Amino acid sequence: MRVLVAVKRCVDYAAKIRVRADGGGVETASVKHAMNPFCEIALEEAVRLKEAKVATEVVAVTVGPKSSQDVLRHALALGADRAAHIAVPDDAPQPQPLGIAEALAALARRDGADLVLMGKQAIDGDHNQTGQMLGAKLGWPQGTFASSVEIDAAGGRATIVREVDAGMETVALKLPAVVTADLRLNEPRYAKLPAIMKAKKKKIEALSPADLGVEMAAQLETVRVSEPPKRAGGVMVESVDDLVDKLKNEAKVI
Amino acid sequence: AAALVVAEGGASTATRTAVAAAGAGGLGVEKVDVLVMGADAGDDAAATARLPGVGAVLALSHASLKAPTQAEPAAAALAAVAAAGGYSHVVCASTSWAKGVLPRAAALAGVQPVTDVLRFEDDGESFVRPIYAGNALETVRYKASGDGGPAEGAPRYVSVRTTAFEPVSADGGAAAVDDVVAPAELDAVAAEELSSFVSAEVSESERPELGAAPIVVSGGRGLKNGDNFKLMEDLADALGGGAIGASRAAVDAGFCANDMQVGQTGKVVAPDLYVAVGISGAIQHVAGMKDSKVIVAINKDEDAPIFSVADYGLKADLFEAVPELIAKVKAARA
Repeated sequence: MRVLVAVKRCVDYAAKIRVRADGGGVETASVKHAMNPFCEIALEEAVRLKEAKVATEVVAVTVGPKSSQDVLRHALALGADRAAHIAVPDDAPQPQPLGIAEALAALARRDGADLVLMGKQAIDGDHNQTGQMLGAKLGWPQGTFASSVEIDAAGGRATIVREVDAGMETVALKLPAVVTADLRLNEPRYAKLPAIMKAKKKKIEALSPADLGVEMAAQLETVRVSEPPKRAGGVMVESVDDLVDKLKNEAKVI
Repeated sequence: AAALVVAEGGASTATRTAVAAAGAGGLGVEKVDVLVMGADAGDDAAATARLPGVGAVLALSHASLKAPTQAEPAAAALAAVAAAGGYSHVVCASTSWAKGVLPRAAALAGVQPVTDVLRFEDDGESFVRPIYAGNALETVRYKASGDGGPAEGAPRYVSVRTTAFEPVSADGGAAAVDDVVAPAELDAVAAEELSSFVSAEVSESERPELGAAPIVVSGGRGLKNGDNFKLMEDLADALGGGAIGASRAAVDAGFCANDMQVGQTGKVVAPDLYVAVGISGAIQHVAGMKDSKVIVAINKDEDAPIFSVADYGLKADLFEAVPELIAKVKAARA
Protein backbone atom coordinates (compact mmCIF):
# COMPACT_ATOMS: atom_id res chain seq x y z
CA MET A 1 0.00 0.00 0.00
CA ARG A 2 1.36 3.40 -1.03
CA VAL A 3 0.67 6.32 1.31
CA LEU A 4 0.92 9.91 0.12
CA VAL A 5 1.40 12.50 2.86
CA ALA A 6 0.80 16.16 2.06
CA VAL A 7 2.84 18.54 4.22
CA LYS A 8 3.01 22.32 4.43
CA ARG A 9 5.60 24.83 5.56
CA CYS A 10 4.06 27.38 7.94
CA VAL A 11 5.11 30.05 10.37
CA ASP A 12 6.14 28.13 13.51
CA TYR A 13 3.29 27.61 15.97
CA ALA A 14 5.20 29.41 18.72
CA ALA A 15 6.16 32.47 16.62
CA LYS A 16 4.56 35.82 17.36
CA ILE A 17 2.21 36.85 14.53
CA ARG A 18 2.63 40.44 13.33
CA VAL A 19 0.37 41.99 10.72
CA ARG A 20 2.33 43.96 8.12
CA ALA A 21 1.84 47.72 8.26
CA ASP A 22 0.77 47.82 4.60
CA GLY A 23 -2.15 45.46 5.33
CA GLY A 24 -0.88 43.07 2.67
CA GLY A 25 -0.44 40.09 4.96
CA VAL A 26 1.37 38.73 7.97
CA GLU A 27 5.12 39.33 8.39
CA THR A 28 6.89 36.13 7.33
CA ALA A 29 10.41 37.40 6.58
CA SER A 30 12.92 36.36 9.27
CA VAL A 31 10.18 34.53 11.19
CA LYS A 32 10.83 30.90 12.17
CA HIS A 33 9.04 28.42 9.92
CA ALA A 34 8.36 24.73 10.47
CA MET A 35 6.18 21.90 9.26
CA ASN A 36 2.52 22.54 10.12
CA PRO A 37 1.92 20.55 13.37
CA PHE A 38 -1.09 18.69 11.94
CA CYS A 39 1.04 17.61 8.94
CA GLU A 40 3.67 16.26 11.34
CA ILE A 41 0.99 14.12 12.95
CA ALA A 42 -0.18 12.87 9.54
CA LEU A 43 3.39 12.01 8.56
CA GLU A 44 3.98 10.20 11.86
CA GLU A 45 0.89 8.08 11.24
CA ALA A 46 2.15 7.18 7.76
CA VAL A 47 5.59 6.22 9.08
CA ARG A 48 3.95 4.04 11.74
CA LEU A 49 1.90 2.31 9.03
CA LYS A 50 5.18 1.57 7.23
CA GLU A 51 6.80 0.28 10.43
CA ALA A 52 3.75 -1.93 10.99
CA LYS A 53 4.26 -3.25 7.42
CA VAL A 54 0.82 -2.01 6.41
CA ALA A 55 2.30 0.62 4.09
CA THR A 56 5.03 -0.28 1.61
CA GLU A 57 5.99 3.26 0.66
CA VAL A 58 5.51 6.71 2.19
CA VAL A 59 5.71 9.64 -0.24
CA ALA A 60 5.83 13.19 1.12
CA VAL A 61 4.61 16.03 -1.08
CA THR A 62 4.34 19.77 -0.69
CA VAL A 63 3.05 22.59 -2.83
CA GLY A 64 4.80 25.93 -2.50
CA PRO A 65 7.83 28.07 -3.29
CA LYS A 66 11.44 26.87 -3.18
CA SER A 67 11.69 27.43 0.58
CA SER A 68 9.01 24.81 1.21
CA GLN A 69 11.56 22.10 0.35
CA ASP A 70 12.62 22.41 4.01
CA VAL A 71 9.61 20.46 5.14
CA LEU A 72 10.29 17.72 2.59
CA ARG A 73 13.83 17.31 3.99
CA HIS A 74 12.26 17.13 7.42
CA ALA A 75 9.75 14.53 6.19
CA LEU A 76 12.59 12.44 4.70
CA ALA A 77 14.46 12.64 8.01
CA LEU A 78 11.36 11.46 9.84
CA GLY A 79 10.91 8.40 7.65
CA ALA A 80 9.35 9.27 4.30
CA ASP A 81 10.81 7.12 1.51
CA ARG A 82 10.77 9.84 -1.13
CA ALA A 83 9.51 13.35 -1.69
CA ALA A 84 7.94 15.47 -4.43
CA HIS A 85 7.90 19.25 -4.61
CA ILE A 86 5.17 20.90 -6.66
CA ALA A 87 6.75 24.30 -7.14
CA VAL A 88 5.06 27.66 -7.46
CA PRO A 89 7.03 30.87 -8.15
CA ASP A 90 8.61 32.47 -5.07
CA ASP A 91 6.81 35.76 -5.66
CA ALA A 92 3.37 34.23 -6.33
CA PRO A 93 0.58 34.56 -3.74
CA GLN A 94 0.03 31.49 -1.52
CA PRO A 95 -1.74 28.74 -3.46
CA GLN A 96 -5.35 28.20 -2.37
CA PRO A 97 -6.89 24.91 -1.20
CA LEU A 98 -8.83 24.21 -4.42
CA GLY A 99 -5.67 24.48 -6.54
CA ILE A 100 -3.65 22.46 -4.04
CA ALA A 101 -6.33 19.76 -4.00
CA GLU A 102 -6.22 19.58 -7.81
CA ALA A 103 -2.43 19.21 -7.80
CA LEU A 104 -2.48 16.58 -5.06
CA ALA A 105 -5.23 14.67 -6.86
CA ALA A 106 -3.12 14.55 -10.02
CA LEU A 107 -0.10 13.26 -8.08
CA ALA A 108 -2.17 10.70 -6.14
CA ARG A 109 -3.47 9.32 -9.44
CA ARG A 110 -0.05 9.33 -11.13
CA ASP A 111 1.57 7.49 -8.22
CA GLY A 112 -1.32 5.12 -7.58
CA ALA A 113 -1.72 6.13 -3.94
CA ASP A 114 -4.01 3.97 -1.80
CA LEU A 115 -4.24 6.44 1.07
CA VAL A 116 -3.59 10.16 1.41
CA LEU A 117 -2.83 11.39 4.92
CA MET A 118 -2.71 15.09 5.71
CA GLY A 119 -3.36 17.55 8.53
CA LYS A 120 -6.91 18.70 9.16
CA GLN A 121 -5.81 22.29 8.63
CA ALA A 122 -2.72 24.44 8.36
CA ILE A 123 -2.13 26.87 11.20
CA ASP A 124 -1.58 29.84 8.86
CA GLY A 125 -4.69 30.04 6.67
CA ASP A 126 -6.79 27.87 9.02
CA HIS A 127 -9.00 26.90 6.07
CA ASN A 128 -9.70 23.27 6.97
CA GLN A 129 -10.60 22.48 3.34
CA THR A 130 -7.86 20.76 1.36
CA GLY A 131 -8.46 17.15 2.47
CA GLN A 132 -12.18 17.35 1.84
CA MET A 133 -11.61 18.96 -1.57
CA LEU A 134 -9.04 16.31 -2.48
CA GLY A 135 -11.59 13.63 -1.60
CA ALA A 136 -14.06 15.30 -3.96
CA LYS A 137 -11.52 15.63 -6.79
CA LEU A 138 -10.54 11.97 -6.53
CA GLY A 139 -14.04 10.66 -5.83
CA TRP A 140 -12.64 9.01 -2.68
CA PRO A 141 -14.20 8.91 0.80
CA GLN A 142 -12.84 11.21 3.49
CA GLY A 143 -12.10 10.60 7.16
CA THR A 144 -11.65 14.07 8.62
CA PHE A 145 -10.41 15.00 12.14
CA ALA A 146 -9.03 11.51 12.76
CA SER A 147 -7.91 10.53 16.24
CA SER A 148 -7.44 6.88 15.32
CA VAL A 149 -6.73 5.14 12.01
CA GLU A 150 -6.95 1.39 11.46
CA ILE A 151 -6.20 -0.03 8.04
CA ASP A 152 -7.43 -3.38 6.77
CA ALA A 153 -5.39 -3.43 3.57
CA ALA A 154 -6.55 -6.90 2.52
CA GLY A 155 -10.19 -5.97 3.02
CA GLY A 156 -9.66 -2.60 1.34
CA ARG A 157 -11.11 -0.70 4.27
CA ALA A 158 -10.09 1.88 6.86
CA THR A 159 -11.77 2.48 10.20
CA ILE A 160 -11.44 6.04 11.43
CA VAL A 161 -12.38 7.52 14.78
CA ARG A 162 -13.23 11.19 14.27
CA GLU A 163 -13.32 14.08 16.74
CA VAL A 164 -16.68 15.76 16.18
CA ASP A 165 -18.67 18.45 18.02
CA ALA A 166 -20.72 15.92 20.00
CA GLY A 167 -17.86 13.60 20.95
CA MET A 168 -16.33 10.81 18.89
CA GLU A 169 -17.65 9.15 15.75
CA THR A 170 -16.37 5.99 14.10
CA VAL A 171 -16.72 5.59 10.34
CA ALA A 172 -15.64 2.90 7.88
CA LEU A 173 -14.12 4.06 4.61
CA LYS A 174 -13.55 2.15 1.41
CA LEU A 175 -9.93 2.45 0.24
CA PRO A 176 -8.48 4.44 -1.44
CA ALA A 177 -9.35 7.27 0.93
CA VAL A 178 -8.25 10.66 2.25
CA VAL A 179 -7.71 10.94 6.00
CA THR A 180 -7.02 14.21 7.83
CA ALA A 181 -5.25 14.15 11.18
CA ASP A 182 -6.49 15.79 14.36
CA LEU A 183 -4.30 16.60 17.36
CA ARG A 184 -4.75 13.41 19.31
CA LEU A 185 -3.96 10.92 16.54
CA ASN A 186 -0.38 10.41 17.80
CA GLU A 187 2.70 12.10 19.25
CA PRO A 188 5.16 12.78 16.44
CA ARG A 189 8.76 11.67 16.96
CA TYR A 190 11.84 13.87 16.66
CA ALA A 191 14.23 13.50 13.77
CA LYS A 192 17.58 11.89 14.66
CA LEU A 193 20.81 13.49 13.53
CA PRO A 194 22.00 10.64 11.25
CA ALA A 195 18.59 10.63 9.57
CA ILE A 196 18.76 14.40 9.08
CA MET A 197 22.20 14.05 7.45
CA LYS A 198 21.00 11.22 5.22
CA ALA A 199 17.89 13.19 4.23
CA LYS A 200 20.07 16.03 2.96
CA LYS A 201 21.47 13.75 0.28
CA LYS A 202 18.16 12.35 -0.92
CA LYS A 203 16.74 13.63 -4.17
CA ILE A 204 13.50 15.58 -4.15
CA GLU A 205 11.42 15.20 -7.30
CA ALA A 206 10.76 18.63 -8.82
CA LEU A 207 7.37 19.12 -10.44
CA SER A 208 5.43 22.08 -11.74
CA PRO A 209 1.64 22.34 -11.76
CA ALA A 210 1.87 22.09 -15.56
CA ASP A 211 3.72 18.73 -15.26
CA LEU A 212 0.61 17.48 -13.48
CA GLY A 213 -1.79 19.13 -15.91
CA VAL A 214 -3.26 21.57 -13.39
CA GLU A 215 -3.42 25.37 -13.35
CA MET A 216 -3.87 26.07 -9.64
CA ALA A 217 -5.61 29.38 -10.32
CA ALA A 218 -6.54 31.35 -7.19
CA GLN A 219 -10.22 32.30 -7.26
CA LEU A 220 -9.98 34.59 -4.22
CA GLU A 221 -7.93 37.73 -3.88
CA THR A 222 -6.85 39.12 -0.53
CA VAL A 223 -8.24 42.60 -0.08
CA ARG A 224 -6.41 43.27 3.18
CA VAL A 225 -5.07 41.68 6.34
CA SER A 226 -5.69 43.53 9.59
CA GLU A 227 -5.14 43.24 13.33
CA PRO A 228 -8.07 41.77 15.24
CA PRO A 229 -9.74 44.19 17.67
CA LYS A 230 -7.77 44.30 20.91
CA ARG A 231 -9.50 43.24 24.10
CA ALA A 232 -9.32 45.77 26.88
CA GLY A 233 -8.35 43.15 29.45
CA GLY A 234 -5.70 42.97 32.07
CA VAL A 235 -7.71 44.22 35.04
CA MET A 236 -6.94 42.42 38.30
CA VAL A 237 -9.22 42.10 41.31
CA GLU A 238 -7.95 41.75 44.85
CA SER A 239 -10.19 39.10 46.32
CA VAL A 240 -13.15 36.81 45.73
CA ASP A 241 -15.38 39.41 47.41
CA ASP A 242 -14.11 42.04 45.00
CA LEU A 243 -14.75 39.68 42.06
CA VAL A 244 -18.30 38.86 43.12
CA ASP A 245 -19.02 42.57 43.64
CA LYS A 246 -17.72 43.44 40.15
CA LEU A 247 -19.65 40.59 38.50
CA LYS A 248 -22.85 41.67 40.23
CA ASN A 249 -22.65 45.47 40.15
CA GLU A 250 -20.33 46.33 37.25
CA ALA A 251 -20.66 43.55 34.65
CA LYS A 252 -24.14 42.62 35.90
CA VAL A 253 -23.73 38.97 34.87
CA ILE A 254 -24.83 37.39 38.16
CA ALA B 1 -29.88 36.62 -5.77
CA ALA B 2 -30.88 33.85 -3.37
CA ALA B 3 -28.88 31.93 -0.76
CA LEU B 4 -29.18 28.23 -0.01
CA VAL B 5 -28.63 27.42 3.66
CA VAL B 6 -27.61 23.87 4.51
CA ALA B 7 -29.61 22.66 7.52
CA GLU B 8 -28.00 20.48 10.13
CA GLY B 9 -30.47 18.38 12.09
CA GLY B 10 -33.56 20.48 11.38
CA ALA B 11 -34.03 23.77 13.26
CA SER B 12 -30.83 23.39 15.32
CA THR B 13 -28.71 26.27 16.58
CA ALA B 14 -26.43 25.67 13.60
CA THR B 15 -29.29 25.96 11.11
CA ARG B 16 -30.77 29.00 12.83
CA THR B 17 -27.37 30.73 12.88
CA ALA B 18 -26.81 30.07 9.18
CA VAL B 19 -30.31 31.41 8.35
CA ALA B 20 -29.55 34.56 10.36
CA ALA B 21 -26.19 35.07 8.65
CA ALA B 22 -27.61 34.56 5.16
CA GLY B 23 -30.64 36.76 5.89
CA ALA B 24 -29.98 39.79 8.06
CA GLY B 25 -26.24 39.13 8.27
CA GLY B 26 -25.25 41.36 5.36
CA LEU B 27 -25.06 38.87 2.52
CA GLY B 28 -27.35 41.05 0.41
CA VAL B 29 -29.61 38.32 -0.99
CA GLU B 30 -33.35 38.70 -1.58
CA LYS B 31 -34.29 35.20 -0.50
CA VAL B 32 -32.99 32.49 1.84
CA ASP B 33 -33.96 28.90 1.12
CA VAL B 34 -32.96 25.95 3.31
CA LEU B 35 -31.90 22.49 2.16
CA VAL B 36 -32.84 19.72 4.60
CA MET B 37 -31.34 16.27 3.97
CA GLY B 38 -32.19 12.95 5.57
CA ALA B 39 -33.42 9.42 4.99
CA ASP B 40 -36.81 11.02 5.58
CA ALA B 41 -36.37 14.78 5.70
CA GLY B 42 -40.04 15.45 6.48
CA ASP B 43 -39.96 16.27 10.22
CA ASP B 44 -36.78 18.32 10.07
CA ALA B 45 -38.14 20.18 7.04
CA ALA B 46 -41.36 21.02 8.91
CA ALA B 47 -39.37 22.37 11.87
CA THR B 48 -37.13 24.39 9.56
CA ALA B 49 -40.15 25.88 7.76
CA ARG B 50 -41.14 27.60 11.02
CA LEU B 51 -37.91 29.65 11.15
CA PRO B 52 -38.48 33.34 10.44
CA GLY B 53 -36.94 34.65 7.22
CA VAL B 54 -36.97 31.37 5.30
CA GLY B 55 -38.26 31.56 1.71
CA ALA B 56 -38.68 27.88 0.93
CA VAL B 57 -37.51 24.63 2.46
CA LEU B 58 -36.14 22.04 0.05
CA ALA B 59 -36.64 18.59 1.57
CA LEU B 60 -34.36 15.93 0.10
CA SER B 61 -35.09 12.40 1.30
CA HIS B 62 -32.75 9.61 0.23
CA ALA B 63 -31.69 6.40 1.96
CA SER B 64 -28.00 7.36 1.61
CA LEU B 65 -28.58 10.53 3.63
CA LYS B 66 -29.68 8.78 6.80
CA ALA B 67 -28.42 10.37 10.00
CA PRO B 68 -25.63 10.86 10.87
CA THR B 69 -25.34 11.93 7.24
CA GLN B 70 -21.97 11.11 5.71
CA ALA B 71 -20.04 13.85 3.92
CA GLU B 72 -19.76 12.08 0.55
CA PRO B 73 -23.49 11.80 -0.30
CA ALA B 74 -24.31 15.10 1.45
CA ALA B 75 -21.74 17.01 -0.60
CA ALA B 76 -22.86 15.42 -3.87
CA ALA B 77 -26.47 16.31 -3.12
CA LEU B 78 -25.66 19.84 -2.00
CA ALA B 79 -23.54 20.72 -5.04
CA ALA B 80 -26.21 19.41 -7.41
CA VAL B 81 -29.15 21.13 -5.68
CA ALA B 82 -27.28 24.44 -5.39
CA ALA B 83 -26.36 24.40 -9.09
CA ALA B 84 -29.84 23.41 -10.24
CA GLY B 85 -31.45 26.17 -8.15
CA GLY B 86 -29.15 28.89 -9.47
CA TYR B 87 -28.24 30.09 -5.98
CA SER B 88 -25.72 32.90 -5.58
CA HIS B 89 -24.47 31.61 -2.21
CA VAL B 90 -24.39 28.36 -0.24
CA VAL B 91 -24.22 29.08 3.49
CA CYS B 92 -23.78 26.88 6.54
CA ALA B 93 -22.62 27.23 10.12
CA SER B 94 -19.05 26.12 10.73
CA THR B 95 -19.74 22.93 12.72
CA SER B 96 -17.69 19.75 12.51
CA TRP B 97 -20.33 18.25 10.20
CA ALA B 98 -20.35 21.24 7.86
CA LYS B 99 -16.56 21.42 7.86
CA GLY B 100 -16.64 17.98 6.26
CA VAL B 101 -19.41 18.71 3.76
CA LEU B 102 -19.05 22.30 2.51
CA PRO B 103 -15.48 22.21 1.09
CA ARG B 104 -16.22 18.86 -0.55
CA ALA B 105 -19.35 20.24 -2.23
CA ALA B 106 -17.48 23.39 -3.28
CA ALA B 107 -14.75 21.29 -4.90
CA LEU B 108 -17.38 19.31 -6.81
CA ALA B 109 -18.70 22.68 -8.04
CA GLY B 110 -15.18 23.90 -8.87
CA VAL B 111 -15.43 26.76 -6.37
CA GLN B 112 -12.88 27.83 -3.74
CA PRO B 113 -14.94 28.11 -0.51
CA VAL B 114 -14.54 30.70 2.23
CA THR B 115 -14.74 29.12 5.68
CA ASP B 116 -15.26 30.52 9.20
CA VAL B 117 -16.55 33.91 8.05
CA LEU B 118 -17.01 36.57 10.74
CA ARG B 119 -18.50 39.31 8.59
CA PHE B 120 -19.74 40.02 5.06
CA GLU B 121 -18.78 43.10 3.07
CA ASP B 122 -19.69 44.41 -0.42
CA ASP B 123 -23.06 42.61 -0.48
CA GLY B 124 -21.65 39.14 -0.14
CA GLU B 125 -18.65 39.47 -2.45
CA SER B 126 -16.07 40.07 0.31
CA PHE B 127 -15.64 38.08 3.49
CA VAL B 128 -13.74 38.70 6.71
CA ARG B 129 -12.27 35.60 8.35
CA PRO B 130 -9.69 34.83 11.04
CA ILE B 131 -6.26 33.45 10.11
CA TYR B 132 -3.28 32.43 12.28
CA ALA B 133 -5.53 31.26 15.13
CA GLY B 134 -7.35 34.59 15.16
CA ASN B 135 -4.16 36.62 15.44
CA ALA B 136 -5.03 38.34 12.14
CA LEU B 137 -8.15 38.93 10.08
CA GLU B 138 -8.14 38.62 6.32
CA THR B 139 -10.66 40.07 3.92
CA VAL B 140 -11.00 38.07 0.71
CA ARG B 141 -13.02 38.70 -2.41
CA TYR B 142 -13.96 36.44 -5.30
CA LYS B 143 -12.38 37.47 -8.57
CA ALA B 144 -14.71 38.09 -11.52
CA SER B 145 -15.51 34.98 -13.52
CA GLY B 146 -13.56 36.18 -16.56
CA ASP B 147 -10.59 37.10 -14.39
CA GLY B 148 -9.75 33.84 -12.63
CA GLY B 149 -12.82 33.70 -10.39
CA PRO B 150 -15.43 30.91 -10.24
CA ALA B 151 -17.37 30.07 -13.41
CA GLU B 152 -20.22 32.39 -14.38
CA GLY B 153 -23.25 31.70 -12.18
CA ALA B 154 -21.43 29.34 -9.80
CA PRO B 155 -22.48 29.85 -6.17
CA ARG B 156 -20.08 31.20 -3.55
CA TYR B 157 -19.58 28.58 -0.81
CA VAL B 158 -19.41 30.11 2.65
CA SER B 159 -19.37 28.83 6.22
CA VAL B 160 -19.90 31.22 9.13
CA ARG B 161 -18.53 31.23 12.67
CA THR B 162 -21.46 30.45 14.94
CA THR B 163 -20.27 32.99 17.52
CA ALA B 164 -20.35 35.84 15.00
CA PHE B 165 -24.08 35.76 14.22
CA GLU B 166 -27.12 35.70 16.51
CA PRO B 167 -29.39 32.74 15.54
CA VAL B 168 -32.96 33.44 14.40
CA SER B 169 -35.70 32.25 16.77
CA ALA B 170 -37.17 28.77 16.31
CA ASP B 171 -40.66 30.01 15.47
CA GLY B 172 -42.52 32.71 13.63
CA GLY B 173 -42.17 31.71 10.00
CA ALA B 174 -44.33 29.61 7.71
CA ALA B 175 -42.28 28.68 4.66
CA ALA B 176 -43.45 26.24 2.01
CA VAL B 177 -41.80 22.81 1.99
CA ASP B 178 -40.88 21.50 -1.45
CA ASP B 179 -39.85 17.90 -1.88
CA VAL B 180 -36.73 17.70 -4.02
CA VAL B 181 -36.13 14.86 -6.44
CA ALA B 182 -32.80 13.19 -5.64
CA PRO B 183 -30.20 14.36 -8.18
CA ALA B 184 -28.46 11.77 -10.36
CA GLU B 185 -25.11 12.74 -8.76
CA LEU B 186 -26.43 11.57 -5.39
CA ASP B 187 -27.55 8.21 -6.76
CA ALA B 188 -24.12 7.74 -8.32
CA VAL B 189 -22.23 8.46 -5.09
CA ALA B 190 -24.67 6.42 -3.01
CA ALA B 191 -24.08 3.38 -5.24
CA GLU B 192 -20.35 3.50 -4.46
CA GLU B 193 -20.91 3.17 -0.68
CA LEU B 194 -17.72 5.10 -0.03
CA SER B 195 -18.20 5.49 3.71
CA SER B 196 -20.49 4.27 6.43
CA PHE B 197 -21.27 5.23 9.99
CA VAL B 198 -20.15 2.65 12.54
CA SER B 199 -20.78 4.13 15.98
CA ALA B 200 -20.74 7.30 18.03
CA GLU B 201 -19.55 8.03 21.51
CA VAL B 202 -21.65 11.01 22.46
CA SER B 203 -20.95 12.76 25.72
CA GLU B 204 -24.21 12.81 27.67
CA SER B 205 -24.84 16.00 29.55
CA GLU B 206 -27.79 17.82 31.05
CA ARG B 207 -25.89 21.02 30.48
CA PRO B 208 -26.41 23.51 27.65
CA GLU B 209 -24.43 23.01 24.45
CA LEU B 210 -20.93 24.46 24.80
CA GLY B 211 -21.07 26.45 21.57
CA ALA B 212 -24.35 28.18 22.48
CA ALA B 213 -24.32 28.44 26.31
CA PRO B 214 -24.55 31.97 27.81
CA ILE B 215 -22.19 30.93 30.62
CA VAL B 216 -19.09 28.77 30.17
CA VAL B 217 -16.81 27.62 32.99
CA SER B 218 -13.55 26.10 31.75
CA GLY B 219 -10.84 24.23 33.59
CA GLY B 220 -7.21 23.75 32.67
CA ARG B 221 -4.20 21.77 33.76
CA GLY B 222 -4.26 23.66 37.06
CA LEU B 223 -7.14 21.41 38.12
CA LYS B 224 -4.60 18.58 38.42
CA ASN B 225 -7.05 15.73 37.67
CA GLY B 226 -10.41 14.86 36.17
CA ASP B 227 -12.19 14.53 39.50
CA ASN B 228 -11.54 18.18 40.26
CA PHE B 229 -13.69 19.13 37.27
CA LYS B 230 -16.53 18.66 39.78
CA LEU B 231 -15.50 22.14 41.02
CA MET B 232 -16.24 23.52 37.54
CA GLU B 233 -19.66 21.85 37.60
CA ASP B 234 -20.42 23.34 41.01
CA LEU B 235 -19.31 26.80 39.91
CA ALA B 236 -21.44 26.60 36.75
CA ASP B 237 -24.43 25.54 38.86
CA ALA B 238 -23.85 28.40 41.32
CA LEU B 239 -23.83 30.83 38.39
CA GLY B 240 -27.26 29.55 37.36
CA GLY B 241 -26.23 26.78 35.00
CA GLY B 242 -23.69 26.80 32.23
CA ALA B 243 -21.56 24.65 29.98
CA ILE B 244 -18.21 23.17 31.01
CA GLY B 245 -15.18 23.71 28.83
CA ALA B 246 -11.53 22.80 29.03
CA SER B 247 -8.14 23.79 27.72
CA ARG B 248 -6.27 21.57 25.30
CA ALA B 249 -3.80 20.76 28.07
CA ALA B 250 -6.62 19.43 30.26
CA VAL B 251 -7.99 17.29 27.43
CA ASP B 252 -4.55 15.97 26.51
CA ALA B 253 -3.90 15.12 30.16
CA GLY B 254 -7.06 13.00 30.09
CA PHE B 255 -9.01 15.13 32.60
CA CYS B 256 -12.05 15.36 30.33
CA ALA B 257 -13.51 14.51 26.92
CA ASN B 258 -12.23 16.04 23.68
CA ASP B 259 -15.57 17.66 22.86
CA MET B 260 -15.10 19.98 25.85
CA GLN B 261 -12.01 21.62 24.37
CA VAL B 262 -12.28 25.36 23.82
CA GLY B 263 -9.78 26.81 21.38
CA GLN B 264 -8.77 27.32 17.81
CA THR B 265 -8.69 23.57 17.22
CA GLY B 266 -11.63 22.84 19.51
CA LYS B 267 -14.82 24.81 19.95
CA VAL B 268 -15.03 28.55 19.50
CA VAL B 269 -17.30 30.11 22.11
CA ALA B 270 -18.50 33.65 22.85
CA PRO B 271 -20.75 33.48 25.92
CA ASP B 272 -21.91 36.40 28.08
CA LEU B 273 -19.62 35.12 30.84
CA TYR B 274 -16.51 32.97 30.44
CA VAL B 275 -14.67 31.79 33.54
CA ALA B 276 -11.18 30.35 32.96
CA VAL B 277 -9.87 28.40 35.94
CA GLY B 278 -6.31 27.11 36.11
CA ILE B 279 -5.81 27.92 32.42
CA SER B 280 -2.59 29.66 31.43
CA GLY B 281 -4.08 31.14 28.26
CA ALA B 282 -2.07 29.78 25.33
CA ILE B 283 -2.76 31.58 22.01
CA GLN B 284 -4.60 28.47 20.91
CA HIS B 285 -7.07 28.67 23.82
CA VAL B 286 -7.53 32.44 23.71
CA ALA B 287 -8.45 32.20 20.01
CA GLY B 288 -11.45 30.12 21.05
CA MET B 289 -12.86 32.40 23.75
CA LYS B 290 -11.62 35.98 23.33
CA ASP B 291 -14.92 37.17 21.88
CA SER B 292 -16.76 36.36 25.14
CA LYS B 293 -18.50 39.42 26.60
CA VAL B 294 -17.03 39.13 30.12
CA ILE B 295 -13.95 37.05 30.87
CA VAL B 296 -12.92 36.02 34.39
CA ALA B 297 -9.60 34.30 34.97
CA ILE B 298 -8.43 32.60 38.13
CA ASN B 299 -4.80 31.47 38.17
CA LYS B 300 -2.06 31.33 40.75
CA ASP B 301 0.59 32.50 38.28
CA GLU B 302 0.32 36.27 37.94
CA ASP B 303 2.25 36.15 34.65
CA ALA B 304 -0.27 33.80 33.01
CA PRO B 305 -1.18 35.26 29.60
CA ILE B 306 -4.88 34.61 30.30
CA PHE B 307 -4.87 37.70 32.55
CA SER B 308 -4.13 39.97 29.59
CA VAL B 309 -7.52 39.16 28.03
CA ALA B 310 -9.47 38.94 31.30
CA ASP B 311 -11.89 41.67 32.41
CA TYR B 312 -11.44 40.40 35.94
CA GLY B 313 -8.30 38.51 36.86
CA LEU B 314 -7.83 36.95 40.26
CA LYS B 315 -4.41 35.71 41.28
CA ALA B 316 -5.21 32.92 43.71
CA ASP B 317 -4.95 29.22 44.40
CA LEU B 318 -8.00 27.87 42.61
CA PHE B 319 -8.60 25.20 45.27
CA GLU B 320 -9.18 27.98 47.79
CA ALA B 321 -10.71 30.64 45.56
CA VAL B 322 -13.25 28.51 43.64
CA PRO B 323 -15.07 27.05 46.70
CA GLU B 324 -15.19 30.56 48.19
CA LEU B 325 -16.47 31.95 44.88
CA ILE B 326 -19.16 29.25 44.69
CA ALA B 327 -20.42 30.13 48.18
CA LYS B 328 -20.35 33.89 47.60
CA VAL B 329 -21.96 33.73 44.13
CA LYS B 330 -24.75 31.62 45.64
CA ALA B 331 -25.22 34.22 48.38
CA ALA B 332 -25.14 37.10 45.89
CA ARG B 333 -27.76 35.47 43.69
CA ALA B 334 -30.04 34.39 46.55
